[in-house]
Amino acid sequence: MIEMLAKSGFQLLLLLLVAPLISGIIKTMKARLQTRCGPNVLQPYRDLFKLLRKGMVIPDTASWIFSAAPYIVFVTAALVGLMTPMTATDAPLSLFGGVLAVVYLLALGRFFLALSGLDTGSSFGGLGSSREMTISAIAEPAMMLAIFTVALGANSTNLSEMARSAVSQSWRFLAPSQMLAFAALFIVIIAETGRIPVDNPATHLELTMIHEAMILEYSGPYLALIEWGASIKQLVLMTLLVNTFFPFGLSSDWSVSGLGLGLSFYLLKLLLLACCIVLVETTNAKMRLFRVPELLAVAFILGALALISTFLF
Amino acid sequence: MNQTPINGLFLGGLISYAAAGLFGLAAYQRRRATRIVFCLFACLGALLEGIASVAAILDANETLISIPSGVPLLQYTFRLDPVSCYFNLALAVVSLAVSVYSLGYLDGFDVRKPRGIFCFFYSLLLVSLTVVFTANNAFLFLIVWEVMALSAYFLVSFDHERDESRKAGILFFVMSHVGTGALIVGFLLLGTWARSFDFSAFHLIAATLTPIQQGSLFLLFFFGFGVKAGMIPVHIWLPAAHPAAPSNVSALMSAILIKTGIYGIIRIAFDLLGIPPLWCGLLVLTAGTASAILGVLYALIEPDLKRMLAYSTIENAGIILMALGGAMVFRSYGRPTLAAVALVACLFHIFNHAIFKSLLFLSAGAVVHATGSRNLERMGGLIRPMPLTALCFLVGAIAISGLPPLNGFVSEWLTYQALLGGFGSTPSLTRIVFPVAGSLLALTGALAATCFVRAFGIGFLALPRSSQAAHVHEAHPAMLAGMGTLALLCIGLGLGATLWLPILDPLTNQLLGVRMSSNLVVSGGLALSSGSAAGGTVAPAALVGALVLLALLPGVLCAIWWRRGRKIPGPTWDCGLPGLTEYNEYTATAFSKPLRMIFAALFQPRREIQTEFEVSAYYPISVRFESEVEPAFETHLYSPLKDRIMARASRFRTIQAGSIHAYLAYIFITLVVLLLFGVRS
Repeated sequence: MIEMLAKSGFQLLLLLLVAPLISGIIKTMKARLQTRCGPNVLQPYRDLFKLLRKGMVIPDTASWIFSAAPYIVFVTAALVGLMTPMTATDAPLSLFGGVLAVVYLLALGRFFLALSGLDTGSSFGGLGSSREMTISAIAEPAMMLAIFTVALGANSTNLSEMARSAVSQSWRFLAPSQMLAFAALFIVIIAETGRIPVDNPATHLELTMIHEAMILEYSGPYLALIEWGASIKQLVLMTLLVNTFFPFGLSSDWSVSGLGLGLSFYLLKLLLLACCIVLVETTNAKMRLFRVPELLAVAFILGALALISTFLF
Repeated sequence: MNQTPINGLFLGGLISYAAAGLFGLAAYQRRRATRIVFCLFACLGALLEGIASVAAILDANETLISIPSGVPLLQYTFRLDPVSCYFNLALAVVSLAVSVYSLGYLDGFDVRKPRGIFCFFYSLLLVSLTVVFTANNAFLFLIVWEVMALSAYFLVSFDHERDESRKAGILFFVMSHVGTGALIVGFLLLGTWARSFDFSAFHLIAATLTPIQQGSLFLLFFFGFGVKAGMIPVHIWLPAAHPAAPSNVSALMSAILIKTGIYGIIRIAFDLLGIPPLWCGLLVLTAGTASAILGVLYALIEPDLKRMLAYSTIENAGIILMALGGAMVFRSYGRPTLAAVALVACLFHIFNHAIFKSLLFLSAGAVVHATGSRNLERMGGLIRPMPLTALCFLVGAIAISGLPPLNGFVSEWLTYQALLGGFGSTPSLTRIVFPVAGSLLALTGALAATCFVRAFGIGFLALPRSSQAAHVHEAHPAMLAGMGTLALLCIGLGLGATLWLPILDPLTNQLLGVRMSSNLVVSGGLALSSGSAAGGTVAPAALVGALVLLALLPGVLCAIWWRRGRKIPGPTWDCGLPGLTEYNEYTATAFSKPLRMIFAALFQPRREIQTEFEVSAYYPISVRFESEVEPAFETHLYSPLKDRIMARASRFRTIQAGSIHAYLAYIFITLVVLLLFGVRS
């Protein structure tokens, strides 16, 4: 029990600290690639710190849902993080639920965030909620197919079990099924984290924003919680991607040396994945909303191919 | 345990239901206080049935109650085995909550309405449902099946002044009888082969049936029961009948009446037909997947709150059938433990759906009663005047979307695990079916969440969208009590799923000879597992604990940094227009627009915009918008079918001259022919 709490505490700290850093790195790298100077890597921390100290305006049309949503978004993201292996193969709370629970807990956060968008009564909130729910719904089958492919390889939906099986055959990602599943999951994660070409996290243009439209009325600590929650969610999804497909350096126990090695490998892998995301974001333009289903259909087909190739090869 | 108390409780419950009906019929119109007695009797009946069911499930033995009828071939035989009693328990729980709710809800009826007759048919429906689940004789089963359909028909068309209710009633009546026709043929065939109409006799000859016999019988029963279960494409009565009926009846129909179809399929596939061929299971799985996807897609675009819930019932029936189909396939492949996981998922979802769908219908009833409209676009802002009703609806919405930690999540999780297990354990060609079904289940779940965000967000949040919605009041305390019970059950069944699963042991033992709860519940009752070693676990209660603990963190962060007292109310950003009104809000139609466009191939949406303007198109005086979605099954399947049947039927119109003499002659001729036939054989 104490051990579980200690592990959870360590991993929670890691989540809370690394998540804004990754967002910062992506922003800065993107700016550099576009030959802009860009913000400091630590800017997201400063933003969060500033927002947490500010007062906030609550729309008078809003109900308790509006106040509950930031907490739920933040807390579900953090909990999901504790169920995912980050530096060691066994995640602190892996008994509490596997990859299906992860997907559905994130959906719980999204459910309340979408409700809060509608709660304010503004057209933007409704527009954002509608689009967010639509895109996540059509991303879901592709995500599940990719996840099933990995889960069937590991014979388990438990994330620690999946990581352990990946460690035992660390070159498995070269198998066609795994590569296809990785591609499918990569597209889905781009869509889920609201990045270009699906959504533009930097836009506040009324007709193009999705995630930003939903949270338009939030300010102060509530906004901080949502932003922090969103970056933790992004980190968790990236972690899922790097640790289930490329398990290098994952420590098999919680010893200090293992964790040190695991942590450095983990950060390196995250950095590489962030580079990929930056490249995708810089080389693509944002798609029209109704082109997004086509992209996700590609992901679905990749997922289906991945699944079929698991029993062909 | 001694069997007599169970029998006594069971019959006592039936008598109590019947007493409620007769009492209501006799006295309701005269004194208002009698409604309390009616509801008391109905609740007492539900309690007795509930206790009898739990006792019989835990007892795990079959109890037979036989009452001779004096008519050949018909015997009033009731069999209280775990499967029957499980469905009966769901009925008891739902009817208890619905009866308490009715105490307040019936007050809202127009005083000129024959409320006594309503009470009578309501009780008759309860009695017939109970007997449908427990009948052990095909004739008895068919008779109460008819009584059930008839009493439901009268309840659906209770508001008979409205054209919609009458039409819905007729549609339900016709579809129900088409299904019953198939059932009669099926039972007669089985009866001829078994030389008896007792279910126990069917069970005995099951092993002697050839695969062709099994297959054709299964098709007949699957069609007949599928109509009641709301399976696509024979679902069309459901979205018409559920909204037309009073809300307490809709709750009962959606939660329990459609489960009679599922019960029938389970009884046939696992008990009466032995082990049906493999394709039967695949058929059920496919039909379930199609119902789930199409049901939720139609629910998404529906502006009528109760019709939306009816479509979502089709979706959930689909999910139940998916798990059931999985169980049948695994059983055909001789994998009883895997089949048991799928069956547990199926049975658990049956119970869960009964709870959360009746909760949703009851809350929708409170809302419709308060606002006087079923249209989502006329609601809005109800969370302030009706906070408790809103909370109940929200609990139901979270549960039905399959989100943790409520009960819907647990049963969907089990369904996923069963489908995943199917991939590893079935031969090559069929195995691909399971993950694909699983991914479509994921799509269904996500679309259901979208659908209920829309229903709750548009219906309950932000500003009122009509003057009626602006002046509403909280529901009657009795209605709140009924809803509150169900909401608590949703939470309890989710968090306490590990405690609940052992009650399914006698059922899987009866149907498959396997007890699963010791495999499914691990870590000292903390977590659910997928049934196989290391397959995956989930612990809903622990998740809630962790969520609550983690919620302290933002609290602490805010406490440290945030300067208190800086929470200022302010207006929502309205783009600089003078004040935010309900016209600025996103509508339900707009909310589902992206999905309507993405699935345009299915919906075939048609829209018409007429603008009148003076100077230029940018200064319109009036805009008229019309949007329509093609009801695919009605236009492409049922209308041509109906036309054809009417054309054929018109040829026979000559023999139906309206003369009673002619009819008497027909009866006489039929009798003579039948007698001759009887003498010859």
